[in-house]
Amino acid sequence: MKTVNMFRRVLFGASVFGLMVSGNAMAEGKKLVLDGSTTVGPLAKAFASHFTKTTGIEVTVSESGSGNGAKSLINKTCDIADMSRPMKENELEAAKGQGVTPVQNVVALDGLAMIVHPSNRVKGLTKEQIRGIYTGTVTNWKDVGGAPAPIVVIQRESNSGTQDSFKELALDGAKVSEKAETQASNGAIKTRVATTKNAIGFIGLGFVDRSVKALPIDGIKAEVKTVKNGTYPLHRKLFMYTNGQPKGDIKKFVDIPKTPAGKKMINEIGFVNNY
Amino acid sequence: MNEEGNATAGRSSAFVVSARKRKLQKITKSAGESLLFLVAAIVAIIVLFIFYFVARDAIPFFQIRGFSEFFTSSEWYPADDPPRFGALAIIYGSLMVTAGSALIAVPMGIIAAICLSDVLPFSMRQYVKPVIEMLAAIPSVAFGFFALVILAPLLQSFGGPILMWTWWLIATPFLLLAVIVSSELLVMSISDDVRRQQVQRILASAFGIVAILLLFFVGRGLQKIEILTGTNALNVSIILSFMALPTIVSVSEDALQAVGRDMREGSYALGATRAETIIKIILPAASSGILAAVILGIMRALGETMVVWMASGNSSHIPDPWFNYLESVRTLTATIAGDMGEADQVTGSARFHVLFAMGLLLLVISFISNFISERIVVRQRKILSGQ
Repeated sequence: MKTVNMFRRVLFGASVFGLMVSGNAMAEGKKLVLDGSTTVGPLAKAFASHFTKTTGIEVTVSESGSGNGAKSLINKTCDIADMSRPMKENELEAAKGQGVTPVQNVVALDGLAMIVHPSNRVKGLTKEQIRGIYTGTVTNWKDVGGAPAPIVVIQRESNSGTQDSFKELALDGAKVSEKAETQASNGAIKTRVATTKNAIGFIGLGFVDRSVKALPIDGIKAEVKTVKNGTYPLHRKLFMYTNGQPKGDIKKFVDIPKTPAGKKMINEIGFVNNY
Repeated sequence: MNEEGNATAGRSSAFVVSARKRKLQKITKSAGESLLFLVAAIVAIIVLFIFYFVARDAIPFFQIRGFSEFFTSSEWYPADDPPRFGALAIIYGSLMVTAGSALIAVPMGIIAAICLSDVLPFSMRQYVKPVIEMLAAIPSVAFGFFALVILAPLLQSFGGPILMWTWWLIATPFLLLAVIVSSELLVMSISDDVRRQQVQRILASAFGIVAILLLFFVGRGLQKIEILTGTNALNVSIILSFMALPTIVSVSEDALQAVGRDMREGSYALGATRAETIIKIILPAASSGILAAVILGIMRALGETMVVWMASGNSSHIPDPWFNYLESVRTLTATIAGDMGEADQVTGSARFHVLFAMGLLLLVISFISNFISERIVVRQRKILSGQ
């Protein structure tokens, strides 16, 4: 009996010791901290779980917005800043002041598709027309080459990164009309547009399917190809900024998009891969 | 009353109960009472705490932005630069869908309650009431999903015919009743029986033709309406009324039951018909309870979030014209739910506090309506008891 008890105790002690050691190993330098854009967030989280699975390195991902991501990188509280826009002039200057050299790494490309009901006769829109529709100066489909009917404008809620990029890419920061309806997700907008004859909405390229019709903009179709070569007007790059050229584990992390697994994750989340 | 009875019983058999046991009884009694008091106090304190914490985070908003923008502007651009926090259209949207749902749910609920308590046989009521109460058990997100995926497209593709049939269904019995009653009332002064019947027949057919024309033309007008967007105030009002119905039916049915058999039998004994008994005796006697039911139902509609977030369309503008239920609206609850995510809690921006200001407004509205209904109930009771 006694020997068994002893044996147990030793085993227990050893396992506790082992846990402590492994915990220490993780805490010491083997940890990545990501902060920033809510648009890049899902992608960063998918990368993080993949990264932890393959390398055993712990990754924490916060989603506090692109601006806060930049701030965290400048203040050296994160290793990688997720951003859905390039760094601004004043952020680069602030970084210089703190001795940080932000380096841009493209993780994926994002295209916004303008979608309408499949029965809509409109063949395509110009960026100017989209701007008119969303700011409320164009209210009827006949003004943009469709059948005469009022336009039901659908946007995303103010939290949405997609909404932010839409405003930036299509409206140049102008205000969306008060009459625009608001839906909470890409899926909800697709459902509303698929069931509403006179509706128009915008969703990430990965969400487009046959229930809706994606309109060409300025004559260019919303496709992976046109987003990749940059000709589609409503496209943007998603970044992960690092302090200096990425090295070691950080390099491994920002290079995930170049691996087949990374490409698969990017497509699954609804973005377009850059490589 | 019972306690006194127990106490005297205890005293009369005091020689059996030892002093120690009596002391123990006293202690357990006071312990039990203080436990009950504590639980009751906690509930009251929780309400006060909610008020305090919501107000604490709401007041900074008014300090930063002042009152006038929030209550008078309908520009809601919390994320823009510079931001705009005009909530007028949002407040209006909340009131609009609440009023719409009350318009549907209150008459329906009261009629259903009367039917349950005074018309249906007892055996049937036992089956019908639980089914109505089951409506309350359906999660609101399921209602919202139904509104978004089924009702909204339905309204868009068959909106006109739906409106027309609803008009016919509701208006036909009422117009029929109105024709009969008004023609009878108008000829009451004619004393000659034969002449009165003749005149009444002529009047009734004239009114009848007017009523049929009204039914037809209004129906045709409604049929032509094309509902542009199915996620609108009407859709939400319908769904919210379904959600308020079980509360209204259940509570007012209880109130009607509480009127008691003696009142009903007294009324029948005086020669009143069932209709007269219901309208003149039971409804007035149960009115305070019915009012409480109505207020509870309306509060349910005002506070509902998921359904309005999914199905109201969330466009922050006042419909044009103001009573146009076919346009989409945005409500206070949906705005709080929808804007919570990005609102910056750490820096305590106006965008974060404005949501609490909306929460406070909702609290104040429900507090005021509760207060008013309480007063009406008290007054009604006084009148009924003949004071």
